[in-house]
Amino acid sequence: MLSRVAGLFSARGYNIDSLCVAETLDPKVSQITMVTEGEDDTVEQIVKQLYKLIDVIRVTDHGPDNHVARELALFKVRTLPDSRAEVMRIVEIFRGKIVDVTPDSYAIEVTGGAEKIQGLIELLTPLGLEDVTRTGRIAVARGL
Amino acid sequence: MKLIGADILVRSLQEEGVDIVFGHPGGAVLEVYDAIHRCGIRHVLVRHEQGGVHMADGYARATGRTGVAVVTSGPGVTNAITGLATAYMDSIPLVCFTGQVPTPMIGNDAFQEADNMGLTRPVTKHNYLVKDVRDLAATIKEAFHIASTGRPGPVVVDLPKDVSKAVADYHYPETVDLEHYQPRYDAHWGQVKRAMALILKAERPVVYFGGGVITSNASKELLAFCERLKVPVTYTLMGIGGIPGNHQYSLGMLGMHGTYRSNKAVDECDLLIAIGARFDDRVTGKVDDFSPRSKKIHVDIDPTSIRKSVYVDVPIVGDVKNCLEKFLELMQDEPKLKDYETRVAPWWEKINAWDREHSIGYAQKEDGPILPQYVIDKMYEMTAGRAVVSTDVGQHQMWAAQYYHAQRPNDWVTSGGLGTMGFGLPAAIGAQFGRPKDTVVLVTSEGSFSMCCQELAVAVEHDLPIKILMLRNNTLGMVRQWQQFFYDKRYSHVDMSSGPDWVKFADAFGAVGLRASHPDEVESVLEKGFATRKPVIMDFVCRTEENCFPMVPGGAASRDMLHGEPSRG
Ligand SMILES: Cc1ncc(C[n+]2csc(CCOP(=O)(O)OP(=O)(O)O)c2C)c(N)n1
Repeated sequence: MLSRVAGLFSARGYNIDSLCVAETLDPKVSQITMVTEGEDDTVEQIVKQLYKLIDVIRVTDHGPDNHVARELALFKVRTLPDSRAEVMRIVEIFRGKIVDVTPDSYAIEVTGGAEKIQGLIELLTPLGLEDVTRTGRIAVARGL
Repeated sequence: MKLIGADILVRSLQEEGVDIVFGHPGGAVLEVYDAIHRCGIRHVLVRHEQGGVHMADGYARATGRTGVAVVTSGPGVTNAITGLATAYMDSIPLVCFTGQVPTPMIGNDAFQEADNMGLTRPVTKHNYLVKDVRDLAATIKEAFHIASTGRPGPVVVDLPKDVSKAVADYHYPETVDLEHYQPRYDAHWGQVKRAMALILKAERPVVYFGGGVITSNASKELLAFCERLKVPVTYTLMGIGGIPGNHQYSLGMLGMHGTYRSNKAVDECDLLIAIGARFDDRVTGKVDDFSPRSKKIHVDIDPTSIRKSVYVDVPIVGDVKNCLEKFLELMQDEPKLKDYETRVAPWWEKINAWDREHSIGYAQKEDGPILPQYVIDKMYEMTAGRAVVSTDVGQHQMWAAQYYHAQRPNDWVTSGGLGTMGFGLPAAIGAQFGRPKDTVVLVTSEGSFSMCCQELAVAVEHDLPIKILMLRNNTLGMVRQWQQFFYDKRYSHVDMSSGPDWVKFADAFGAVGLRASHPDEVESVLEKGFATRKPVIMDFVCRTEENCFPMVPGGAASRDMLHGEPSRG
């Protein structure tokens, strides 16, 4: 299924900014969350094209607003004796968690919107940021 | 009843009413071929898998039924890709069974393994890998359903060798369980009424229709619609035959090599009624300049076709026939239609004036070289437009579209969307298998014909009396034409004069070869060829530098057409 969706995007020249695949409550059904950009008519066309895939059950365009989006990021920071405290303080401000500690590194877990994660990247870079792994965004619509 | 996968496959085909299969055997489908041998389903041994898929495609176009092809794994599948892509672009219903290495070997670079799912995904409407023999019958049922419903298209069923040998209880399902695949046939009444209101207000309406009319079997309704309104009608390459080409309301084809009046009418109309067409770039030319002053109605079964490249005011998603029936119902007691004819009369005058300004034509000189248009014209006269005509791709294809006025739907077999050279011969063979009593003509030229000419052996083997009009200009004509106009006559690799001798070629295959080198031989060769009960190649030695006019240069606005002097051969 993923290859059909990804293939559609590449064949028709649509961007994929991020993509996230997971199970749903029904184990036979999986959910793909994608972030893409385009004018309204492009997005409308993408939705119609996705519906054309035989296995697609439902497509929801969350639009620019009207939804809550989060992503999870894992950071690896090289720690020096004089920067440890500073890293910890920043992580706390961002309501992140330190999930692994070695004598010279921290692994940090943070969830949030894209801006928050970008902000954290900028703050940690001068302090010895070595690596970031991001899930890409997932979303739910607001309300029922 | 317990059966092995291969027998399930053949039984399922019989359940689907399949009367012919085009295929080529190989290691991965040995079991399937054994079952074909056992069950006696009609099978045609093709000479190349591309040809096989084109045959299934030509069969489908000429009959309206779903074509079936079988190919082996690896090279069998890669050879089939062009055929699948051709059918996909033109929305032709096909089911292609592909052999696959045994499931435990998949992904191991096994002998003759290819990623069939990955390779065929972009050129099919849907594809399946059958991993469990218990799913096979239901998968085949789904494949036929998906291929032939909604906007049709090719479907691949990939069958690993071990699955073809494995045993399961055979039961062919009566229905499919595809909750999320529900093509919308029923046109929305509200939209139809909105469209009708635009029609009633229009002063310069034009109908522009495409292959959707053929697919939906809606010729009768379309004709009734146009005759009721007395509107001018133009059509795409895929729409040919949707109404009789020489009907009094027909303007001929539009687009790159369409008629001047068609392109002018679309350019200046105030209402464009698009029916089962998709605003392809060969039709629109420069999109921003396409029919700039018109309101647009668009009927199509595929929602993605609507507003894909051109904005339309009233989209109607649904089956063309269903929608036209609704229009006809609305028109039945519509008082405002009384004076419609007088209202559009000035518009017709304009259109007729354009036709007098530039109509398509040629001037065959008695002692000059043969002009290909003349050959097609004579063939049209001879068949009265009632043959099945298959074409290849190039100048000859456009001339056939311009001069052969097909009278009926499903009589015109051409590769429109993909423009596949080599399509013509195998497609003609498939069409002749599907329509054994009808005259099948192939209009081709040496470049295209060379690409699948080996399939002539199939026509000979099965005694198919296909009439092959080889409009031989000793060049890749359409490419040469572009090089002449846009590359200052730098003719780069378009020369085809080295042969073969097509009369000898025909002879070597056991077909009949005839040649006309002078205009006065054209009719007698056609007569002789059409009287032959074997496949026949009629080799017409044509003028090399003949050009196909009118022409909208690529990317130009369609009103900026080039008109040639009618050439004097
Ligand atoms: C498989 C394939 N390769 C290349 C092309 C590009 N092409 C389009 S028309 C043409 C020339 C066709 O020559 P011929 O079949 O002799 O027809 P003519 O134009 O001379 O009538 C070519 C090379 C194509 N359409 N299909």
